[in-house]
Amino acid sequence: MFDVKDLYQEVIVDHNRNPRNFGKLDPADKTLEGFNPLCGDRLTLYLNMDGEERISEVGFDGHGCAISIASASLMTENVKGKSVPEAEAIFNTFHTLLTDSSAALDLERVGKLAVLAGVRDYPSRVKCATLCWHTLKALLEGGGEPVSTE
Amino acid sequence: MTAAAPHGAAFPVERYRADFPVLARRVHDQPLVYLDNAATAQKPRQVMETLDDYYRDYNSNIHRGVHTLSEQATAAYEAARKKIQTFINAASHQEIIFVRGTTEAINLVAQSYGRNRLGAGDEIIVSEMEHHSNIVPWQLLCEQTGATLQVIPINDAGELDMDAYKNLLGDNTRIVAIGHISNALGSVNPVTEITALAHAVGAVVLLDGAQAAPHTSLDVAALDCDFYAFSGHKLFGPTGIGVLYGKQALLEAMPPYHGGGDMIKMVTFKKTLYNDLPYKFEAGTPYIAGVIGLGAAVDYVSAIGMDQIQAYEDELLRYATTAAVGVPGLTLIGTAAHKAGILSFVLDGIHPHDLGTILDHDGIAIRAGHHCAMPVMERYRVPATARASFAFYNTREEVDKLIAGIDKAKDIFN
Ligand SMILES: Cc1ncc(COP(=O)(O)O)c(C=O)c1O
Repeated sequence: MFDVKDLYQEVIVDHNRNPRNFGKLDPADKTLEGFNPLCGDRLTLYLNMDGEERISEVGFDGHGCAISIASASLMTENVKGKSVPEAEAIFNTFHTLLTDSSAALDLERVGKLAVLAGVRDYPSRVKCATLCWHTLKALLEGGGEPVSTE
Repeated sequence: MTAAAPHGAAFPVERYRADFPVLARRVHDQPLVYLDNAATAQKPRQVMETLDDYYRDYNSNIHRGVHTLSEQATAAYEAARKKIQTFINAASHQEIIFVRGTTEAINLVAQSYGRNRLGAGDEIIVSEMEHHSNIVPWQLLCEQTGATLQVIPINDAGELDMDAYKNLLGDNTRIVAIGHISNALGSVNPVTEITALAHAVGAVVLLDGAQAAPHTSLDVAALDCDFYAFSGHKLFGPTGIGVLYGKQALLEAMPPYHGGGDMIKMVTFKKTLYNDLPYKFEAGTPYIAGVIGLGAAVDYVSAIGMDQIQAYEDELLRYATTAAVGVPGLTLIGTAAHKAGILSFVLDGIHPHDLGTILDHDGIAIRAGHHCAMPVMERYRVPATARASFAFYNTREEVDKLIAGIDKAKDIFN
């Protein structure tokens, strides 16, 4: 039995209520929308780059459930200042953490994102937690098409 | 009349609950509280046993065998059609077409009735509160024919703007397609009046009865609608089976929707002679068990009585509405004067999805999302709502648990 409070930890509730880096970056080097047509979650991600390789600034806005807003907020804190390969590596680890329950819970490697580990017990909510990351990945890969979880 | 029973006491809900095996299960170690009936209803033992009997005892194809099993299956299949005819008070069993569900029924009418008849300048009227399955088939038809789609707006309570409807109606109106009861708002629409007004300008009327069939007694003769669509799975029957009712003269004049076996009288490469109603619209081997199972579902609710079901549910919805409006920060979406079965709402600071997950932990199943009615969400400027939808097996205790679950969510978030 897991407790629903393991999912809605205080950190998540706090990031949902006061999302970090919330708001449009203007100007922004890159902008992309991501949405989840199933639940109507919609966010826009803004990036400023330091050269081609390093994320200097990141912001987002939009609306969604607590999991998607908190995840986006935590993501922006996490990837700011990181190189593109570093950011992608974190996403891979984070994604495995959420989707592969047989994988060892290597919480160290994802730092503060570990508060979202509870999402793995809720398969229908994984898309909420990963929407922002999929959007970031598409943005870094230079795709101009809005990202959809479906 | 016999002496009226005191307030709800005459409805033996516990006895009915015992017929639904799934209601005894636990979810996350809590008794299941199933409040997602508008998505699909649970099935009584009587329906499951009917399906089981068919497969165990007389599984065979219909309308084509001389052997005993086929005769039994054909008889059961056609008996179900008659049950449905009686259930909705259609004039003839030939007016009952079995389809996969409401969605297929509406597509059938759009294509088979509309495709050859409509053209540029013609108008189809729907409403702002329709389910996507009563919007998209008409949009497809518009693309194919050049007809245009017009939309009756709703007011803040979630009621159709009947004056706007009267203004939309005109000589060019060919089809009016309206939900009998809204799945997103619970509004019961004045479908008799809507139909009469449409007929006055020579338009045909399709009513989407997906949400009405489980909650209210149906009388297509009194409604005088031209087409009526509903799904078996929301009426305590199997998924994958539904009904299109159509007035015989209209169905006779419509071309088949699908071609294949069973829908023909004779096939040659020169000319194929279509079968009579209703078979003209039932190409291929149908979902035989589903039809027979739907017949059992109709028997089941008819034995309880649709009027009794409606009275009980109205009382339950009143109770739930009173409790919900007492929750600080809760806003009902859909407050029509005439409602059935559905409590749609949003909570300050708590997304419906999060509420859904938290309630699930207490065994409470609700729906969170746009309910396949994105225009309604847009109208109320919300991305999603939480929706509790009731059936006659739900109880006041379950409503109390829902409210307690909402309070718990508020504790987590505030
Ligand atoms: C009002 C309404 N119309 C149509 C449908 C579509 O029914 P089905 O998916 O069974 O075809 C639904 C079901 O969600 C509904 O609630």
